[in-house]
Amino acid sequence: MHIVDTVNQSLRRVPTWTIYIVGAAWVVWMFYLAATDQMGPEPINALEREYGELGLKLIVLGLMVTPLRTWTGVNLLKFRRAIGVTAFFVVLAHFLVWAVLDVQSFGRMWTEVVKRPYVTVGMIAFVLMVPLALTSNNRSIRKLGANWRKLHKLTYPVAVLAVLHYIWLVKGFQIEPIVYALIVGGLLALRVKLRQRRAVKPGGLAVGE
Amino acid sequence: GLGAIGIAGSASAQDALEPNTLEEIRTYNNYYEFGVGKNDPAQNAHQLDTSNWTVKIDGLVDNPGDYALADLLSGLSVEDRLYRFRCVEAWSMVIPWNGIELADILNKVGVQSSAKYVAFETVVQPDNMIGVRNRVLDFPYVEGLRLDEAMHPLTIMATGIYDEPLANQNGAPMRLVVPWKYGFKSIKSIVRITLTDEEPPISWNKANRREYGFYSNVNPTVDHPRWSQATERRVGGGLFASRQDTLMFNGYPEVASLYEGMDLSEFF
Repeated sequence: MHIVDTVNQSLRRVPTWTIYIVGAAWVVWMFYLAATDQMGPEPINALEREYGELGLKLIVLGLMVTPLRTWTGVNLLKFRRAIGVTAFFVVLAHFLVWAVLDVQSFGRMWTEVVKRPYVTVGMIAFVLMVPLALTSNNRSIRKLGANWRKLHKLTYPVAVLAVLHYIWLVKGFQIEPIVYALIVGGLLALRVKLRQRRAVKPGGLAVGE
Repeated sequence: GLGAIGIAGSASAQDALEPNTLEEIRTYNNYYEFGVGKNDPAQNAHQLDTSNWTVKIDGLVDNPGDYALADLLSGLSVEDRLYRFRCVEAWSMVIPWNGIELADILNKVGVQSSAKYVAFETVVQPDNMIGVRNRVLDFPYVEGLRLDEAMHPLTIMATGIYDEPLANQNGAPMRLVVPWKYGFKSIKSIVRITLTDEEPPISWNKANRREYGFYSNVNPTVDHPRWSQATERRVGGGLFASRQDTLMFNGYPEVASLYEGMDLSEFF
């Protein structure tokens, strides 16, 4: 447990706004690379993918916070809101690159959303993230009470749809989206297991009790 | 040279063709034997061994055999062809190929009258092609054309770009170029050409028959099930480039007669 304590102590010293700053800086930096021909000869699709993949990674990271604490003791809880909100803004950037730089018209956007299942599920995931981002503040938690927890369970369908979106858009049998699918599947399975454990031991919470 | 002007120069859409740079052509590739990222082939294809390249020619031909590449192409004239190249993923380039009309090669080996199709096969060097073990597709990569498509004067076997030998990631030492079809039809690094009397299997159709047909002619009115084919992104246009309208047969209307009477949404 010594290492875990050290890790947690160091994490305690990191302010949560670091996540926002690093996330924003990364988004701006990628945009700069794409705009200055440093992301290959076709930067539109490259940038779209960069943002999409980071968004998915942050969604997955957000899902890992609780199991990480439960099974290893590493406590990222204070970063969870920042991770989630940053994920939303990165996915927003992904959406904007798609809409403005890639498809380039409302007509084509609509056609894509309606006709292409992978775009449909991606768009649903994005829309589901909006209420999560809007209620990621203390006031909403107070106001919504128990409903806040229910609302934020939307994170699970968001993660599943995001992975589906990825699997669906690649050509051929590709490893990366499958890996994400396995990770998200595993994290959801851990959730179920955790709930069973809690059901057996009412009030039981984290490791170390 | 003459070939490009005489054959591909008729359409007015041809006039404004501005070729991509060699760097763009060499760094944005689909060649899944070397990885699925667009830059992976540029990173990994140097491992391909193109020395002592032989091409097996078999099936319904008068002179079958294993041909050394130089022998197969000797005596045939290399032409310059500035062609549009449209990927099924809806990006496009313009490429100044150097190549030999496939018809010249086929006539040299003697096509028998019973032949109706031509099948092609890409080399597999598992130790040199790091993508092969990932089995994204069922390798070796195979492609095919109807004989009249193969004999069409627009169809070439490219051996160079910008008067330089093909880079490995572009399909060295010899690859097919069929400019009115989606790019995946233009099979790379060919080691086998087979004349047959039945439609040969093609890799992408085997992987997903709903999405990739045998013909795969560029057609803005027939969408890929997962995306639109009406427009395309021109590689090299930068982050703020406008989409361009995709042209029927990729702007080569002279091939339309090959498909007269065929429903191109059925034979996609």
